[in-house]
Amino acid sequence: MFGRLSWSSIPFDQPIVMGTSATVGLVLLALFLLIIIKGWWGYLWHEWITSVDHKRIGAMYMILGLVMLVRGFSDAIMMRTQLALAAGHAQGYLPPEHYDQIFSAHGTIMIFFVAMPFVIGLMNFALPLQLGVRDVAFPVLNSVSFWLTASGVLLVNLSLFVGEFARTGWLAYPPLSELAYSPGVGVDYYLWSLQLSGLGTLLSGINLATTILKLRAPGMGYSRMPIFCWTALASNMLIVAAFPVLTATFAMLLLDRYCGFHFFTNDLGGNPMMYVSLIWIWGHPEVYILILPAFGVFSEVVATFSGKPLFGYRSMVLATMVICGLSFVVWLHHFFTMGAGADVNAFFGIMTMIIAVPTGVKVFNWMFTLYGGRVRFTVPIYWTLGFIVTFVIGGMTGVLMAIPPADFVLHNSLFLIAHFHNVAIGGVVFGAMAGYTYWFPKAFGFKLNERLGKAVFWCWFIGFYLAFMPLYALGLMGATRRMQHYPDTHWQPLMVVALAGAVVILLGIALTAVQLAVSIRQRHVNRDHSGDPWNARTLEWSIPSPPPAWNFTQLPNVQRTDAYWHAKEEGMSRGALPSSFVDLHLPRNTPVGVFIAFFAVILGFALIWRIYWLAAVGLAGAVAVALVQYWRTDREIRVPAEEVAAFARAHAPPGHDAPSAELGPVVPGGRS
Amino acid sequence: MVASGKLRASIRAMAARLRRRLRSAARRWADEEALQRGWTRVVCILPCCVTLASCREGPLDPQGPVGQAERVILYDATTIMLAVVIPVILLTLGFAWWFRSGNRRATYRPNWEYAGRIELIIWAIPALVILFLGGIAWIGSHELDPPKPLDSRVPPLEVEVVSLDWRWLFIYPSERIATVNYLVVPTGVPVHFRLTSTSVMNSFFIPQLGSQIYTMAGMTTQLNLQADKPGSYAGFSAQFSGPGFSDMQFTLRAESGEGFTTWVAKTREHDGVLDGASFAELARPTRAGGELTYGSVPDDPFDIVAHGHLATRWSAKEAL
Repeated sequence: MFGRLSWSSIPFDQPIVMGTSATVGLVLLALFLLIIIKGWWGYLWHEWITSVDHKRIGAMYMILGLVMLVRGFSDAIMMRTQLALAAGHAQGYLPPEHYDQIFSAHGTIMIFFVAMPFVIGLMNFALPLQLGVRDVAFPVLNSVSFWLTASGVLLVNLSLFVGEFARTGWLAYPPLSELAYSPGVGVDYYLWSLQLSGLGTLLSGINLATTILKLRAPGMGYSRMPIFCWTALASNMLIVAAFPVLTATFAMLLLDRYCGFHFFTNDLGGNPMMYVSLIWIWGHPEVYILILPAFGVFSEVVATFSGKPLFGYRSMVLATMVICGLSFVVWLHHFFTMGAGADVNAFFGIMTMIIAVPTGVKVFNWMFTLYGGRVRFTVPIYWTLGFIVTFVIGGMTGVLMAIPPADFVLHNSLFLIAHFHNVAIGGVVFGAMAGYTYWFPKAFGFKLNERLGKAVFWCWFIGFYLAFMPLYALGLMGATRRMQHYPDTHWQPLMVVALAGAVVILLGIALTAVQLAVSIRQRHVNRDHSGDPWNARTLEWSIPSPPPAWNFTQLPNVQRTDAYWHAKEEGMSRGALPSSFVDLHLPRNTPVGVFIAFFAVILGFALIWRIYWLAAVGLAGAVAVALVQYWRTDREIRVPAEEVAAFARAHAPPGHDAPSAELGPVVPGGRS
Repeated sequence: MVASGKLRASIRAMAARLRRRLRSAARRWADEEALQRGWTRVVCILPCCVTLASCREGPLDPQGPVGQAERVILYDATTIMLAVVIPVILLTLGFAWWFRSGNRRATYRPNWEYAGRIELIIWAIPALVILFLGGIAWIGSHELDPPKPLDSRVPPLEVEVVSLDWRWLFIYPSERIATVNYLVVPTGVPVHFRLTSTSVMNSFFIPQLGSQIYTMAGMTTQLNLQADKPGSYAGFSAQFSGPGFSDMQFTLRAESGEGFTTWVAKTREHDGVLDGASFAELARPTRAGGELTYGSVPDDPFDIVAHGHLATRWSAKEAL
C-alpha cells in the first residue's frame, strides 16, 4: 500500500535532523498562522500564487532562490565546521552517512535551486521590460515553470525529514548511484526532484527564448537589444539545447534503478563512463546558462553607472554568442583523468581555453566602459568591480586546470572546489546581487538601503576570499574534495580560516535580510517617483516603478540601442501621455501552475517511495489540470482604456499631462 | 554596620586586584621583548607555516619526473596568465577610481563606445595568451599522457592496482606477490600501473609522484610514474566512492634497488595467499583499512576484475 514508506523512514534517531525538522515545521506553522490571522491569504493567492505576470513570477523566483540560499548555506557551514574539526584521528561531529548527504545536497541545491532561480528570476523580471513588451510569450506556462521548480524544491527539502538524500555527490555518478551501491531512496529523491524542476527550467527556457525571438518592441532589431537580452538569449538557447540531455540521462538512470535496465551498471554491458559524459554535456553548458545572464547584468550596471554606452557592443554580442557555441565542445575537461587519450584531452583542453578569449574580451570591454565615464559608486557597481577582480582570478585557475597535465594533479582537489566557487560566487552570486539591487526599485518602487547594501557586499567579498583562498592552498598541498576527515593535521589551520570565511559570508546573508527589512520600513524615504532612479539607459526605466500589469501604456518605437537614454537626451521625457488610449487584454491569473505542481509533488513523492497507485493519481491530476486549462475560453481579462488612462495620468510627472507622442507612435492592440 | 564594612573592604580589595592586573597587562603590552615572543612570533610563523606546508607532500613538492614536469607546467602557465590578470585588476580599479563621478580632473566622454584599434588589441591579448597556453596543453597532453611509457633505460616494474571498498590492492604480476594499502617500488625505475575497480569508481593518486587516473569496474586504465628519491609518499582516492572514501589512504614506499629486491624476497616468505577465497573476502566492503601482505598469488585476479566478471553490490547497511 505505501511502497517502501514506513515509520522507520523518518530519522527519529538523528537529533540534528529532527531538530531542524522541528524548527522548520514551527517556522512554517507560525508563517501560516500569521497569514491567516492577518487575512493575507486572499491577497497572496490572487496577486502572487496564481499570478501570470512575469514581474511577480520573477520576484517569486528570487524569493525562492534566497530561501534556498539559506538552506544551501546551512549545509556549507556544517561542512566547513566538520572539516575544521576532523583532522588527524578526529572524526568531527558528522559521520560519513550524514556528511555525504550534506555535500550532495549543498551542490544540488546551490546550482539547481539557488543559482538557477536567481538567474531565471532576473531574466523573467527584466527581459519583457527591456524588450518593451507586455509579457513573456506564454504567461501561463511561465507560472507552470515556476511552480514546477518549486515542487522540485519541496521534494528536496522533504528528503530531510522523510527518508534521506543522495550520498553520491551533486552529479550522482554511477555505479555509485545505481541500485547496487545506493539501495536507499536518496538517489530517487535527487532524480525525481531534478526531473520536475528540470522540466520547469526547460519550459522556462523555451518561453524566454521565444519571447526574445518573437516579441520585441517595434523597431527593436537584434542589434538594438540591450546586452542583457543578448546574454539571456544565449542562456535560454543553451537551456533548450542542454536540459533535454539532462532529462534523458536521468531517465536512463531511473530505468536502471526502477526497471532493472543496464545503461550505466557495472554488469551486463552497462557503461558508467557514458553517464559521466552525458551529464557533463548538460553540465558544462549549465555553467554558461548561469554566468551569461550575470555577464549581462554587469554590462547593464557598468554602462548605467558610468553614464556611458557599453564599450564595444558588437564585440560583446559576438563574445556572448561565441561562448554560447563553444560551451558545447568543452565538456570532457571534467574528466581528463578518465583516460581518454592525449589527442582527445588536448582537443578539449584547448577548446576550453579558447572560451577564455571571448570572456577576456568582455572583461576588457567592461574596463573600457569605465574609462571616460562618471562612475557612481553605488551598490551594483561595488558588486561589478568585486566581480571583475574576483572573476579574473577564477578564470585564471580555470584555464590552468584546462591544461590536461595540470588537471592530472588538481582534478577533484580543493583547488578545483576553490576554482568553481570563485567563478560561481564571484560571477553568479555577485551578478544576482547586482541585478537584485539594480532592479529592486523597478520591481517595488523603492530603493534598497545603500549602507547595508555595501555592508552585504563587503561581507561576501571578504568572506569569499577568507573561505576559498585557503582551499586553493590546500588543493596544492594534496587535499581532495568530499573528505569527511583527513589525516594531515597541518591542513587544520587553513580549514579553520575557511570556516571563519564562511561565518563572514553568513553575516552577509543575515545582513541581506536586515537590509530588506530596513528598506521596507524606510520605503517612503527611498521611494522612486521618477521610474528612473539610476539615470539609466534602457526601456525598463521609461515606465513607472513598479510598472503596471501591462508594463507599457504604449509600446515604444525603438530607433537605436540605449533607446531610453537617447529619448532623454532628445528631451522626450518619461510620462508624456499618448494621444488616445485603447482597451488592453491581459492574460487572466490562473491557479493551473500551482495545481500542476501540487500533483507533480504527489507524483514525485509516490515514485520515490514506489507507491504506484498514488503516482497514477498524481499523474492523472496533473494532466487533468492541464486539460481543463486547455479548454478554458476565458483566458484573458480586459483592462478598459479609462483605467489605463487613469493610471497613466496618475503617474505622469506634473507638466506632462498634455498629449504628445513620445518614443514614436501608439501601437494599438492588446498584448504585443 | 559590620557587614557593610566588610563589603566595602572586599570591594576595595577587588578594585586593587583589578588595578594590579590591568597594570601588569599594560606592562606586558609595552614590553617589546614580550611582544617579540608573543604576537610577532605568531604573525611571522603563520605565513611561513602555510607556505612550507603547501610545498610539503603536495603536487608542488614532486619526487619524480612526472610530477616535476607537471609542476613546471603549473608554474609556467600561472606566470603567463598573471602577466595579464594583475594589470587587468589594477587597471579596472584604477579606471573606476580615476573616473569616479566626483573627480573634476577626469574627462567625461559620454558617447565614447567604440575604438577599432582597442577592439583589435583586446581580442589579440587573450588570443595570444591562449595560443601560447594551447601549445603547452597540446605538447603536455602528449608528453604526459598517463599510458605513455616513461623515457628510461630501465625496463618498468609492472604493478596492478585494484580499488576495493574501501582499500587498495596492489599485485606484482611478475613477482607474484600482493599487498593491501601499501606498495613498495624501487627508486629510479619507471612503474607501469594497470588499474581497475571491483565496484564503484575511484581515482588513484599519489600527489608527490604526479598524475592521477580513475579506476573503473570492467575497465583497465594505465598510468606510468616514477619515484626518484627513497621515501614514503601518501596516496589516496581522489574520486568520492561512498562511506569509506576518506579512509582509502595508502602509502607508496620508494626504496633503493637493493632494498626493493630484499623486500620482494622477504615478502615471498610471507604465508598470506591471494586466492579466490581471500580475494572474495577482500572485495567485501570494510572501513577498517590496515595493511596486508600476500607472499604468493597463484592466480592473478586482475583480469577477471578488469573484464567485469565480478558483480559486487552493497547491502543497505554497507551503503551507510
